[in-house]
Amino acid sequence: MMGTLGFVLQQTLIFFIPLLLVAIGAMFSERGGVLNIGLEGIMIFGAFCGLLFINAFHGSIAPQLLLILGLIVSMLSGMLFSLPHAFASITLKADQTISGTALNLFAPAFCVFTARVVQNVQQIGFENDYRIDEVPILSNIPLIGEILFQKTYLTTFIGAVLFIAAWIVINKSRFGLRLRAAGENPHAVDSAGIDVQKMRYAGVLISGALGGLGGLVYVIPTTTTFSSTVSGYGFLALAVLIFGQWRPGGIALAALFFALMKTIAASYSGIPVLSQLAVPNTIYKMIPYIATLVLLMFTSKNSRSPASAGVPYNKNDR
Amino acid sequence: MIGKKNILKQILPIFLCILVGLVFGFFVLLLTNPEEAFNGFRTILFGGFSGGVRGVGNVLYYATPVMMVGLGIALGFKAGVFNIGGPGQFVIGGFLATYFAIQLPFEGPMRWILPIVFAAIGGAFWASIAGMLKAYFKVNVVISTILLNYIAMYCVNHLIKQTIYDPGTNRALPVPKAGQLPTAGLEKLFEGSSVNIGFIIAVIFAVILYIFLTKTNKGYELVAIGFNPNASKYLGMNEKLNTILTMAISGALVGIGGALMYLANSGKSITVVDSLAAEGFNGISVALLAYNNPLGVILSSVFIGYITVGGFYMQSYRFVPEIVDIIVAVILYFSSFSLLISQNLDKIVFVLNRFSKKKAGEK
Repeated sequence: MMGTLGFVLQQTLIFFIPLLLVAIGAMFSERGGVLNIGLEGIMIFGAFCGLLFINAFHGSIAPQLLLILGLIVSMLSGMLFSLPHAFASITLKADQTISGTALNLFAPAFCVFTARVVQNVQQIGFENDYRIDEVPILSNIPLIGEILFQKTYLTTFIGAVLFIAAWIVINKSRFGLRLRAAGENPHAVDSAGIDVQKMRYAGVLISGALGGLGGLVYVIPTTTTFSSTVSGYGFLALAVLIFGQWRPGGIALAALFFALMKTIAASYSGIPVLSQLAVPNTIYKMIPYIATLVLLMFTSKNSRSPASAGVPYNKNDR
Repeated sequence: MIGKKNILKQILPIFLCILVGLVFGFFVLLLTNPEEAFNGFRTILFGGFSGGVRGVGNVLYYATPVMMVGLGIALGFKAGVFNIGGPGQFVIGGFLATYFAIQLPFEGPMRWILPIVFAAIGGAFWASIAGMLKAYFKVNVVISTILLNYIAMYCVNHLIKQTIYDPGTNRALPVPKAGQLPTAGLEKLFEGSSVNIGFIIAVIFAVILYIFLTKTNKGYELVAIGFNPNASKYLGMNEKLNTILTMAISGALVGIGGALMYLANSGKSITVVDSLAAEGFNGISVALLAYNNPLGVILSSVFIGYITVGGFYMQSYRFVPEIVDIIVAVILYFSSFSLLISQNLDKIVFVLNRFSKKKAGEK
């Protein structure tokens, strides 16, 4: 039983960390007042660039260092890719859902195109030698050792650190306060002499960085051939954001819930209790989505969305 | 009513967006294969005409499902809901149509008409789930329709495997001749292409939707709610029921799109894979390029069909057809602020006028 629990939680972490990172990214964008529906595309683009980098230097750099560099590349590329969205929705006051949708259409098309031009096939294969089988000493701690320090990835710890940092930044820092104010009441921010547009740019660029990072973090442990899709994780991050009420703690709980559901869907055959039930495979696959939908039913009525999210800021509107 | 000047003002920015998208595409071609870039780009520009009458027929064939999806999405936008659930409603419609076209025990026109009706009902049902969640639980439609896309995809994959599965090809069984859409003489006009009566059906729906939105009370009411929900509520319009109705009609149109795609005589049937139907997302571009005007959707979907066929023929220059999706995405991106372009158009025209007048004065 202990083994099963450990296995389930270990698997859950693989789904949890990328979802958490991307949802936190979405939080920065929306708390600043810009909807970012383009995170799916940003994840794809970030993962794509990160993988190209990793493949280019594979073998010449030590695996864990290469992974860290790859993660940095995917962060930067995600940030770069979110720039057009920021420009359209902040500077040009465009329709934010449309420019976000454009990113979602562009990324897979561009990545498939580039992959096929460069290597003739759409899938990008890579060797996964980034798994850490055992962390000395720590892996011997009962249960926790098994979940966190065996067959683990560096990304888990990077994700945890970034989450804590994000929590501090959004809740405790001056920047976080200003960003939140830009999403709640931009006119007040403006009258306090703070540049609303700059704040919003910062929000979107942070979401781009975390989205790109989340893309690579999602791809590395779950597959060895990337075919320019992240299976809707960017969209799910938005559901997690709403379900988590735009707050880091809530987002973490929501992401954990979804990741647990996803783990049950992906590996129910390895869980003795569930594999004995004669429930078709498809039902399990649908569970995470249905469960999220049901939970949204109960949490949406008291939604505390940022008051000015999705509304372009115009100095002259009063 | 829209005056002549306003139509120009609306269309010009779209042409600019298309131009920018094409130029971007040309640069991508130039970067990837400079020698063939010019030939490849010419093929995209000539689009459907690259293949003669067959190519033109295929333009209409590709435009058909995207037009129906575009109509559904456009209605949603008009009424203030972003129905991003196209892929789900599309595949539900496609499945029901395929299923009934295979299973119905009689022949005659009803063999393909009834499946379309079932597809419409299925799409309407699926979309109205999101409508009800919005009306009674305030669930964000963008999020609920996204989640419903995945649920629909898994559902349909499962149902196909249970009922009309062809394990050899990992697809749904092909639709028998009697269940396919008739070609209605179009096959003589566009020899060798896959165009069929579906295109005519889609155009008829576009006209009906246009009349519904502009000439009927109910249609006007839906648009009014999209324009200003609070005022509409104040005037006694039932916002909840109207949201559900909007989603139901929108989903029905998208579902019919699925039917017209898979009942076509081109031999395409639903593949059992874990990925969303691309047509469902393409409909968003089609709707937006047309400013959500149903008659405009006819043109924009034919445009999408046109460059899709161009991308297909471009493969003979060893280019990858995904370039077309890149171009469409860029066009969509620029159209997100086309309003800004059209607002500043006056200024641009004003400056140009003054400039030319000055020149004339100098002479």
